[in-house]
Amino acid sequence: MNARHLFRAGLALFAASVSASAIAQTAGGDFAIVNATVAIGDGSAPIQGGTVVVRAGKIVAAGAGVAVPAGVRTIDGTGKWVTPGLVVAVTDLGLLDAGGVDESNDEVAEKAGFNAALDVSAAIDPDSQQVAVNRAAGVTRAAVAPLAGNAIFAGQGAIIDLGADARPVTRPRAFQYIELGERGAALAGGSRVAAQAVLRNALREAGEFDRRNTAKTPARIGGGKAAPVSTGDDIPLDPRMSPVAQGQSQDALLTHFDAAALVPVVTGRQPLYVHVDRASDIRSVLALRQEFPALRLVIVGAAEGWRVANELAAAKVPVLAQALTDLPGRFETLSATQSNVGRMMAAGVKVGLGGFYDLDQPRYAPQYAGNLGAVARMPGATGLTWGQALASITSIPAEIIGEGDRIGSLKPGRAGDVVIWDGDPLELSTGVVEIYVDGVLQHLVNHQTRLRERYRRPQEGALPKAYE
Amino acid sequence: MISMRNAGRICAHALAGLALALSSVGGMAKSKDADKPVWKEDPYPSTYRPYAGEATAIVGATVFDGAGNRIDDGVVLLRDGKVLQVGDARTPVPANFRTVDGKGKFVTPGVIDIHSHLGVYPSPGVEAHQDGNEATAPTTPQVWAEHSVWPQDPGFSRALVNGGVTSLQILPGSANLMGGRSVVLKNVYSRTVQGMKFPGAPYGLKMACGENPKRVYGAKGQMPSTRMGNFAVDRQTWIRAVEYKKKRDAGKLEERDLAMDTLADVIAGKILVQNHCYRADEMAQVIDMSKEFGYKVSAFHHAVEAYKIADLLKENDICAAIWADWWGFKMEAFDGIPENAAMLQNAGACVIIHSDDEYGIQRLNQEAAKAQASGKRMGIVIPDEQVIRWFTLNPAKALGIDKWAGSLAEGKMGDVVLWNGNPLSVYSRPEKVWVDGALLYDARDRTRRPVSDFELGMPGEGDVK
Repeated sequence: MNARHLFRAGLALFAASVSASAIAQTAGGDFAIVNATVAIGDGSAPIQGGTVVVRAGKIVAAGAGVAVPAGVRTIDGTGKWVTPGLVVAVTDLGLLDAGGVDESNDEVAEKAGFNAALDVSAAIDPDSQQVAVNRAAGVTRAAVAPLAGNAIFAGQGAIIDLGADARPVTRPRAFQYIELGERGAALAGGSRVAAQAVLRNALREAGEFDRRNTAKTPARIGGGKAAPVSTGDDIPLDPRMSPVAQGQSQDALLTHFDAAALVPVVTGRQPLYVHVDRASDIRSVLALRQEFPALRLVIVGAAEGWRVANELAAAKVPVLAQALTDLPGRFETLSATQSNVGRMMAAGVKVGLGGFYDLDQPRYAPQYAGNLGAVARMPGATGLTWGQALASITSIPAEIIGEGDRIGSLKPGRAGDVVIWDGDPLELSTGVVEIYVDGVLQHLVNHQTRLRERYRRPQEGALPKAYE
Repeated sequence: MISMRNAGRICAHALAGLALALSSVGGMAKSKDADKPVWKEDPYPSTYRPYAGEATAIVGATVFDGAGNRIDDGVVLLRDGKVLQVGDARTPVPANFRTVDGKGKFVTPGVIDIHSHLGVYPSPGVEAHQDGNEATAPTTPQVWAEHSVWPQDPGFSRALVNGGVTSLQILPGSANLMGGRSVVLKNVYSRTVQGMKFPGAPYGLKMACGENPKRVYGAKGQMPSTRMGNFAVDRQTWIRAVEYKKKRDAGKLEERDLAMDTLADVIAGKILVQNHCYRADEMAQVIDMSKEFGYKVSAFHHAVEAYKIADLLKENDICAAIWADWWGFKMEAFDGIPENAAMLQNAGACVIIHSDDEYGIQRLNQEAAKAQASGKRMGIVIPDEQVIRWFTLNPAKALGIDKWAGSLAEGKMGDVVLWNGNPLSVYSRPEKVWVDGALLYDARDRTRRPVSDFELGMPGEGDVK
């Protein structure tokens, strides 16, 4: 494999995706939904008889007592609920057509020559049925992350919208995603010890790469002021293992491409999403900031997060957690409970729902959130209020992925991502009536709806089903 | 395998087995020659006994009886482990019954999952626990799931407390065309698997068609590597089974064969076929194969395309055991649609909501509710009391245990869930669960919350889950 050739190709893709996102500004029509139950998505309770006004693809106003400007198309929301479009953080949406069909599946690259440099933004397919089906369930935005296949570094994720148009990516290279914990241990060679070494070496090399290639600002290695390194005994850490080492390292385990991709991580310009579940693994991740103070951490998973909730809150590290993990499926999830999200939130951690892969498809987000409302009713358990539950799949993940001022709620100025539901959006009996992305009405037709229509009557008629 | 040289003795044993089968009596076969080994009809018998319960009256709840009926402000009486009576508000509550106030709450029969791998793929899912697929030969009807079940799987408790599951079928996996015998369990922790076995429940045979067997064996460079290979291996095996059964019935067996015993019992109708099969065209082929060899499929599991052949399934009296809306996770699941259950029900076919998942089993009620809602949106309105059947009486029927469980009928097992709201709402959870009249979960009483051996002394022991 010619690494130099691929490096050039990657740069070309980089340029192409930047220009694509620069022109991804499509204004939607103006409309207002009146007399609906309106949920802003910011944690507040739903508002009866509310109005939502969208102009030029953005929310102008939402709530009670909102006037509808003259000439704006009005939709009667009687009996309906209106929410922001759902925001799903950390998913493979757009990277596959069907699970298990390797030929078209781009979520993982076990035999790739690169890892941290992998960038999903060029591979997202807005025409995938996975996108269409999840859009029809009310999902309008997603943070798409690759799966780790050949190293603890999975690569760089992108923020997308699910609008039925040719430009899904709204922000490429939005974060780097890595595996620590049991999966990371396996990928790093067999142990958590190895995974820690791989990570620290990679960040160190990235820092050196940055210093060598940024002559004007050689001092910003590590992205901030270095904390004193404590090894806990009388053997000091070799300064060459430190991120602030002044000498040039002789070894380079990373390709230049991968090292370059980690520079924004080590300098704090790109968030680092770390998948860990065990309480002690979460603590190890938080401790990384002593050596690499610029890291902007997001914990993904955190099945035992409730046991370190105060530490997470103090470190102001947000969490993307699965709502209903309650089994010791692995030794790293021994204390999993459906009260996890509620307990972390109560401790002041910013927690959104996340980790929508495989069978946990994004369209289940409302059911998962609704279940946390059910948990709140159980003696001794900690769940969420209705408002918190909706926020956990709208505004909170939007904030965690760095898009809180653009999407995830019906506050003025946010994108016109609006879903009209035929009832309580978290309830099982509820379905989507209409969906808007950036103010643009989306069609809800997909492979499933077409099959449903064809087989309303299973029997074949005068001609085979293929003619219906 | 027991090798027997004395042909005369074989004859006696085989006949004894047949006689037992005809009379439906379990236990040890009677041999005229007491010192000779005998062929036990039920060598790993259930030792399950109901736990102590008190006579209980659940009063004022909305009762879904599992058989399609709804009683508002109902009364459910449990005594001696059994359902004594179910009626409306006028039903008198006998003296000395403990009364549970069900006002604003809902009662259903215990939930039944026809497709679970709890115990054979337990938590934690470490390599040492992978006991669900004997993936060393494409047909292994000689293996019995009960010999893999780990009764301390923490998953059993979650299924009870969050899902209200009181009975479940544990199946081998789908790597093999014939994966082995299933076992039906009461969802009650026990030191032994025998202590969980549902008394009297018939065995099932797990079969699988489609992608999994051909992938597993094709990857090993052996047959089957195609769908036609799947059928060829199945048919060749059934040919042997038919011949074996003929000899067994005639008392002419020369050697007992554990695998063939199972298949002969399938043909005899004593063991029920539980057939993993996704695609409509493959189900139709399997139906023909079953007729070719004289067995019956009880239910097609994972039948995501069942809606395409609802008429065929109804005509052949085969249940579709399905997820509500799983889709797109493999090629053969690409045509799954959330209206599957409703369209089947609308066509008069038998619908079962199953889990195949240690999380899904905690929410069969919710899955059924989603399937109901998808139907409603396409104009198929199915009342709540009918939807409850999908995870109670219908799976009981397809498991052959509906004489004892699956509905709140007089004399049936006192397997009952009291929900804190309508079980078809996302906001509802079991508040109390009785198994054979014994209160084995109470959300308000920490002493009525099971904790498996595995979880003792570990973080999270005894926590709400």
